[in-house]
Amino acid sequence: MANYSTNDFRPGLKVLLDGEPCSILENEFVKPGKGQAFNRVKLRNLNSGRVWERTFRSGESLEGADVMDRDMQYLYTDGEFWHFMEPDTFEQFQADAKAVGDAHLWLKEQDECIVTLYNGAPLSVTPPNFVELEIVETDPGLKGDTAQGGNKPAKLSTGAVVKVPLFLSNGEVIRVDTRSGEYQGRASKG
Amino acid sequence: MDWQPSAGLDALRERAALMQRTRDFFARRGVLEVDTPLLCSAGVTDPAIENLSVERGASLRRPRYLQSSPEYAMKRLLAAGSGPIWQLAKAFRDGEAGGRHNPEFSLLEWYRPGFDLEQLMAEVAALVLECLGERPVEYTSYRELFRRELGLDPMLADLAELRERARREIDTGNIDGDRDLWLDLLMSHLVEPRLAGRGLCFVFDYPASQAALAQVVPAGDVEIARRFELYVDGMELANGYLELLDAGAQQQRFTADNRKRRERGQPERPLDDFLLAAMEAGMPACSGVAMGFDRLLMLASGRRDIREVLAFDWSRS
Repeated sequence: MANYSTNDFRPGLKVLLDGEPCSILENEFVKPGKGQAFNRVKLRNLNSGRVWERTFRSGESLEGADVMDRDMQYLYTDGEFWHFMEPDTFEQFQADAKAVGDAHLWLKEQDECIVTLYNGAPLSVTPPNFVELEIVETDPGLKGDTAQGGNKPAKLSTGAVVKVPLFLSNGEVIRVDTRSGEYQGRASKG
Repeated sequence: MDWQPSAGLDALRERAALMQRTRDFFARRGVLEVDTPLLCSAGVTDPAIENLSVERGASLRRPRYLQSSPEYAMKRLLAAGSGPIWQLAKAFRDGEAGGRHNPEFSLLEWYRPGFDLEQLMAEVAALVLECLGERPVEYTSYRELFRRELGLDPMLADLAELRERARREIDTGNIDGDRDLWLDLLMSHLVEPRLAGRGLCFVFDYPASQAALAQVVPAGDVEIARRFELYVDGMELANGYLELLDAGAQQQRFTADNRKRRERGQPERPLDDFLLAAMEAGMPACSGVAMGFDRLLMLASGRRDIREVLAFDWSRS
């Protein structure tokens, strides 16, 4: 991979730092008028998700990290791995629980998601922003109660638990924002 | 193609008003406005500053340097008997770009024969308050500032103590260097941010190792450089000196700078023989200051990013 100097550090650039793949979030050039120049760089460690700040001498460089985001279709899980496929090439990838993280709560078979590859292997999985999932377990719906506030927990087919309005019942399909885990509405009838 | 200016038109109007205000300020005080060359045969030896240069052209026998400040030329005018002078000049520094830096920027620089550092700081404060409105003004020595903010004596603490302190609070990776590197890190990362919200903060009397072109004098148990920096809202705005007058000492500093450049693998710079000859002929005792004019405009107009006050920032010029 290419080397990048502090002058090239832009948000989104993927670099290797202490052997870990990182994404640059911010890069601030700091220099006293008569002193030495530094760059204060905020990074996210793509392995751990941790965000931190490291100071570099200006002009120092880091090796680029072979990290890329690919659109893939989620196929199935065998309990140990989650399997994904690139729709164009039919190439398949398997991701372990660490790479999938909390995304497993939102993965429905056939849905498109983003798989981040590091040196060709899945590093993390980002579900679509909105998913439609079936309610499998919730208290019986209250007929007619469509206007009042109030909500109850509902377990979805993927295992996620979200708060839903009181009138919903088992078997109904709802739309959820995966970034906040919030109920958005009933799914449009297909 | 994004051909539009990086600053809004209102910011450009504020720039014009600030330039007018500055002209009035110096006219009232009888300081002469001058205009010196941007492209000169000598560059700057200071290892912390890199020149941009122009390499090719029928008028060039050697590469010429875009000036990183009009200092050398203005000092030649002083030696020629100009009396007090000021200039709003474009200046160029390679590799300096960010929220507060642009490789091409505007420097407001002036020299006051007969002024000591205290008189010049008072004049700087008068100009800045006229541009920004009333704010508190405080004066703290570099040594006192470090003691107050970090509980460290920047003059006497050894390298290991400075390094340990910086590494405890900042992730510095594999950075290493001399005392001045650690002092610069502590200053820019820990001290500067604590000066925000305090109005105009003049920091004066720097370690002798950071003298640049200021006079070095003994002060009790240590030597200090008679230099000041002005911080406003935690941002460095101006840098002033009780100017070095001795041509021999000046030549030694140039040579020491070039030695440091060699050690760090930076290109050495030819010495400015014009300046040395002028100092040999005699420069009047004076104090001088350089102020970041774009930053003054940022403060006057409440803008946080230098690109918002430049007609066209580096990426658009």
